[in-house]
Amino acid sequence: MKKRKFDFGPYLYILPALIIILVFRFVPIVLSFIVSFFDWSVIGVGKFIGFSNYSRLFHDPEFWQSLLNTFYLVIFVVPFSLITSLAFATMLNNIKSLKAFFRSMYFIPTVTSMVAISIVWRIIFNQQTGLANFFLTTFGFDPLAWLAESRGILEIFFAKFGISLPPSLGGPSLALFCIIIVTIWKGLGYNTIIYLAGLQNIPNVYYEAADIDGAGKITQFFKITWPLVSPTTFYVLMMQTIVTFQVFSQIYLMTGPPIGGPLGTTKVIVYYLFDKGFGESNDLSYASAIALALFIIILTLTLLQKKLEKKVHY
Amino acid sequence: MKKLLIYFVLFICGIIMIIPFVWMATTAVKSQMEVNKGNVGFLPYEKYPVIFDEGQEYRIKIITTSSDSSVVNVINEEGWITKSFYKISNNAIREKKQIKFHFENFVTAFKKVPFGRYFLNTILVSVSVVFGVIITGSLAAYAFARMRFKGREFLFYLFISMMMVPQPVYLIPSYIVLNQLGWLDTYQALIIPWIANIFTIFLLRQQFKTIPQELFDAAAIDGCSRWGILWKIVLPLSKSVISTAAIFGFIGSWNSFMWPLIMIDNPKLRVLQVGLSYFSQEASTHTTLLMAASTFSILPLLILFLIAQRQIISSFASSGLKG
Repeated sequence: MKKRKFDFGPYLYILPALIIILVFRFVPIVLSFIVSFFDWSVIGVGKFIGFSNYSRLFHDPEFWQSLLNTFYLVIFVVPFSLITSLAFATMLNNIKSLKAFFRSMYFIPTVTSMVAISIVWRIIFNQQTGLANFFLTTFGFDPLAWLAESRGILEIFFAKFGISLPPSLGGPSLALFCIIIVTIWKGLGYNTIIYLAGLQNIPNVYYEAADIDGAGKITQFFKITWPLVSPTTFYVLMMQTIVTFQVFSQIYLMTGPPIGGPLGTTKVIVYYLFDKGFGESNDLSYASAIALALFIIILTLTLLQKKLEKKVHY
Repeated sequence: MKKLLIYFVLFICGIIMIIPFVWMATTAVKSQMEVNKGNVGFLPYEKYPVIFDEGQEYRIKIITTSSDSSVVNVINEEGWITKSFYKISNNAIREKKQIKFHFENFVTAFKKVPFGRYFLNTILVSVSVVFGVIITGSLAAYAFARMRFKGREFLFYLFISMMMVPQPVYLIPSYIVLNQLGWLDTYQALIIPWIANIFTIFLLRQQFKTIPQELFDAAAIDGCSRWGILWKIVLPLSKSVISTAAIFGFIGSWNSFMWPLIMIDNPKLRVLQVGLSYFSQEASTHTTLLMAASTFSILPLLILFLIAQRQIISSFASSGLKG
């Protein structure tokens, strides 16, 4: 039997993509581990410093503050975005005409740049010349400081009734709440489209059968729609969580100066990483340690959701 | 009746979703003076005092005012004084409200910083990235979907696993790599790292797998080479997925911000998003110009979206089905 010649062909097809991905993905990912263990600066490799960046991270109140702010962002953005986009998609799924029109209307924020719309929202929340205070004063409410407000939203709310909450129970600052609103608004269109695709995959016979059995619309939603759309819910949940953990442009453009908002209440983890790495201190190795902490959080969430996903799939 | 309620709710929510854009566009054509005076509603109103003389309306500028009378200058449309120090009773002064569009804000904003250059840079980068992504993606996906070779599964899973690593994680080491290559502050830094996209490879591989084997066999019998099959059969059959990949590549590249912000220092190489961000710091109090700049930087993608909305939305929708 003749031995077949080794075929280089397939490798040549993969080569261009492989080179780019190795040099600009694989190497940097490996490097990010290494950098965090060295005293690394722009000039080059410094001495090995072991885990000292990580122990510094552990004792860095600014890091914990930015982590807390990021968690606030995720905890407020994800559930609200999920519920609202499912509601939008359910309504869109129930109409025939004008469906494409409404879908496009909701989708516009998704295709526009975060930079431009952050600038717009920054002006919307401007105390003197903003639309937000224009609405409040038009309807007879007191104007708010919005992006310049470091007090927590619960603190502000309860203060209206004369109850003073300690700042630690105040929740996210009003400034961070503005960021939350923008982040939800930006992602809503995409999530709605994904949910709509999920809803359209549910066969109509289930609803017809339920109609015959006399099940109401609300029962149908909880007994048919919600369980059958759960794979989509998991996808949206995962994507929105991961995206929200990486929020940067909104913070960079909407808050400050100094960026990070009043009393650092809008400083999120990716902005903190950027500030440490490319700001005044230019500490690339400490920033790498922050990046790795972010990576571990996102990886844990991804694995957790993958595990749960298997249980919920129908 | 129930349908009507759904339409009503959808409409209200739709309005809420696009209000920021509407307000952006109307603020862009206001005069800054009016905005600073507190006219921040949706219409570009201008308020100014006028007097009437024999049925004729004259625009005035009040110099001093006392309890019952004022000293005013009468001015024309351009603001030039036609009659000065005119004493008049306060009762005769009326306030006039008029809608006036200041389209010149767009020109002013465009000239304040070199937005033309930023647009060209962005177009250069985005178009190069789209072409690169399609070429490297098609080649790699073709091999992954249609060829047998050692290490195929391993390489594919290596790629997929790297897709899950978010950008901020490899940002700093990428900066170090680009610095080592001497590519910081060059167009290469904006283009080359992005001309291979794992998601595109994944997307194209799924598509290439659906093409029936008989087509490949028939072409092979006719003496068509691997390369020929890719060009004559695979790519023509995959037009819609390729355009999906192109749409993702273009929108992603056009809107990318953090990467060019870090990798580029030279003002001449700034892309639109970075240029806009610097402009927002320089002109932070000049809200009308900022809104004008935001409007024209959103416009290209908005027009693209309005033309190809069906295709774009279904592309985004298909991105979710892999989950």
